Amino acid sequence: MAKNISFTIKYWKQNGPKDAGHFEQREMKDIPDDTSFLEMLDILNEELIEEGKEPFVFDHDCREGICGMCSLYINGTPHGKTETGATTCQLYMRRFNDGDVITVEPWRSAAFPVIKDCMVDRSAFDKIQQAGGYITVRTGAPQDANAILIPKQNADEAMDCATCIGCGACVAACKNGSAMLFVSSKVSQFALLPQGRPEAAKRAKAMVAKMDELGFGNCTNTRACEAVCPKNESIANIARLNREFIKAKLND
Amino acid sequence: MATINSKIPEGPISEKWTNFKAHQKLVNPANKRKLDIIVVGTGLAGASAAASLGEMGFKVFNFCIQDSPRRAHSIAAQGGINAAKNYQNDGDSVYRLFYDTVKGGDYRAREANVYRLAEVSANIIDQCVAQGVPFAREYGGLLANRSFGGVQVSRTFYAKGQTGQQLLLGAYSALMCQVHAGTVKLFCRYEMQDVVIIDGRARGIIAKNLITGKLERFAAHAVVLATGGYGNTYFLSTNAMGCNCSAAIAAYRKGAYFANPAFVQIHPTCIPVHGDKQSKLTLMSESLRNDGRIWVPKKLEDAKKLQEGKIQGRDIPEEDRDYYLERRYPAFGNLVPRDVASRAAKERCDKGYGVNSTGLAVFLDFSEAIQRLGRDAVEQRYGNLFDMYEEITDVSPYDNPMMIYPAIHYTMGGLWVDYELQTNIPGLFAIGECNFSDHGANRLGASALMQGLADGYFVLPYTIQNYLSDQITVPRFSTDLPEFAAAEKAVNDRIDHLMNIKGKESVDSIHKKLGHVMWEYVGMARTKEGLEKALGLLKDIRKEFETNLFVPGSKEGLNVELDKALRLNDFITMGQLIAYDALNRNESCGGHFREEYQTEDGEAKRDDQNCFYVSCWEYQGSDEKAPVMYKEPLKYEAIEVKTRNYKN
Repeated sequence: MAKNISFTIKYWKQNGPKDAGHFEQREMKDIPDDTSFLEMLDILNEELIEEGKEPFVFDHDCREGICGMCSLYINGTPHGKTETGATTCQLYMRRFNDGDVITVEPWRSAAFPVIKDCMVDRSAFDKIQQAGGYITVRTGAPQDANAILIPKQNADEAMDCATCIGCGACVAACKNGSAMLFVSSKVSQFALLPQGRPEAAKRAKAMVAKMDELGFGNCTNTRACEAVCPKNESIANIARLNREFIKAKLND
Repeated sequence: MATINSKIPEGPISEKWTNFKAHQKLVNPANKRKLDIIVVGTGLAGASAAASLGEMGFKVFNFCIQDSPRRAHSIAAQGGINAAKNYQNDGDSVYRLFYDTVKGGDYRAREANVYRLAEVSANIIDQCVAQGVPFAREYGGLLANRSFGGVQVSRTFYAKGQTGQQLLLGAYSALMCQVHAGTVKLFCRYEMQDVVIIDGRARGIIAKNLITGKLERFAAHAVVLATGGYGNTYFLSTNAMGCNCSAAIAAYRKGAYFANPAFVQIHPTCIPVHGDKQSKLTLMSESLRNDGRIWVPKKLEDAKKLQEGKIQGRDIPEEDRDYYLERRYPAFGNLVPRDVASRAAKERCDKGYGVNSTGLAVFLDFSEAIQRLGRDAVEQRYGNLFDMYEEITDVSPYDNPMMIYPAIHYTMGGLWVDYELQTNIPGLFAIGECNFSDHGANRLGASALMQGLADGYFVLPYTIQNYLSDQITVPRFSTDLPEFAAAEKAVNDRIDHLMNIKGKESVDSIHKKLGHVMWEYVGMARTKEGLEKALGLLKDIRKEFETNLFVPGSKEGLNVELDKALRLNDFITMGQLIAYDALNRNESCGGHFREEYQTEDGEAKRDDQNCFYVSCWEYQGSDEKAPVMYKEPLKYEAIEVKTRNYKN
């Protein structure tokens, strides 16, 4: 049975990328603990609107952990702390206690400038994907889907890599602001499939080059990304990306 | 009276699409470069269409309201995608997929469109595998399949419980490839506000840059809407928060017919509502019905104890459980179509057998599957869904049955389109969930993904050329034309009006009232009196919206509340359309159930004599005026229309 909790929320307000930004604070009273974190913020916003104030702005959409839109830094952890890895929208208030102070911040990274409050610009991820995150195939009539057999193990592993939702928690958690977990997951998915091999070398080089160009940092193996990834992407992907990248460079 | 021309090609059903392609007009490569196409939306239909058109050589402008095309709500589809591959050697064929889809849609879909859908379904799987979509495979390396509701073969391809994600990321990667090649220009965080009509043809759009708040004009030779469905009219649905029907309603207000709006799908397996602060409902994939068994207690006193929280589902012994779907529909059991399963759940709960504190839930039980297959096998198949359920409800489906209840999920109705996916406004096309054509009165599971990709990859890129071929001499339009200025001014006036109401009610509080009326009177079971009452209540809601809305902030810059208010305005219009259509359709079929029209044992009673048509609603210049309905009579050549039977 749900119980109610009361707590203090400190949330980040910032009017555009150039604004210094500041925290605002509010007491939240009697919130049922089966409310989701974002529904709690909906309640906060309804209160603000009732007082004639502008609501607190954050990205969100599907609210079932798959679109990758939600992106809040909660009590120092991207998406907040859960045992199994979950997005902000899958975080429920039962994870918090009566009397807590909950701090909500945006993803902080040079490559993700703040648009407003906790809404950030992640278009850099699209640009990395454009650099090579695809298999070049014409729409039309490719060969039969079963023409190339793919061992179940490879298909499953490719699926695990493909599960990345592009939320950017890995970048937000990394002290270097590196996008290696994101890039390596995409490179790995294609590297593991026969269809992805012809362009594997080109893809690894192009995506890494674009990532560097856009101001993301490099990887120093602190594994912070892996710890916060809501889809449990593994840094084994980064090792695979490094192999693909070195192989490609040696062949140059 | 307008004439409705569905432009269905001549010939036997299996040859129509081949004949169309053989004789349609094409645009040569040099001319493609001179033609611009606007595609609004980047879900499965939008992304696949934009990528394919770009690759063909057209100049494409592609818009999405999110920060990236990869966020479109297609991404949330869980279960799978159907295709008539017959890899399982279980007797599947193009005809059988066609037949199942028409029957599942309760004989209200357009036959020729559905046959084409079944025909191209196999190509979709080939295309996606070539793109690197990691579908589930068997140990021998072949593609795996599962079964879905309303069919007796295994034709559903899947990628864990994230098939929509993987297919969308496939289409997104194809789109990114084209953006890189320079054929597609992407506009993220832009929302279409209106379609611009010049000399009777769609020639561009007015879009709001959601970051700057500015209205911008875009011209093109054709406009394609791939903006999804209108489920959020009900406030609570399985749709994403941003899903809206504004683009479709803008087209409707400009004269495009809205077809079959009453056909709304209520999905049987969603997590039940828990409180009035809830923002959305979460779907539990239909694939769960492959191994989960649906039941309520046989005895009312057991139900009462469950409602009071005194016992749990697992405490009730086998002999006291009523597996009501297996009981009522022996041949299809737990895998009956969605509309049938939803109504059956409502029937039990209405009789008092609901199993949670609100009395609005039934059990979906995996204990038998866990015994039969072992916990590991169940985890392998459904692990991520079980985790999601536990995260939301704090109950583990491994130990206790899941609780589920129907929720608004998908809308079969949409903009009216002909065989070429063109609306009645020349140059304006609608694809994916945004149009009405393929699912009749009820959509089968794993068919939405199929339709989105069929339209985007394999149908629209051909049919749009039949329109564009005579546009090759039309030069690019200037957005300084008076039609653009007038459309922009109308949107701007609307925004000023909403900002200046300065009332007391927030957008969400009015939207919740709308949702309540829609669910109560225009939901799972409808009556004439209820629908008439709803139309009255919707007038009140419109009045409240127009006079008592409060939008904070200013129209300059980012204003999330203003964007929501603009959408709510269109949701109210949509709600009225659904109610008008439901009132007009004097029969029960698929997702549309009128209590007056049912058989003695409570099944939907169609009226093929009087209701064998597509309803096409025309706007009459004002939201205050009732729309006018025209009929597109349905003509079945290949399939004999009969009562749906899932019992034997």
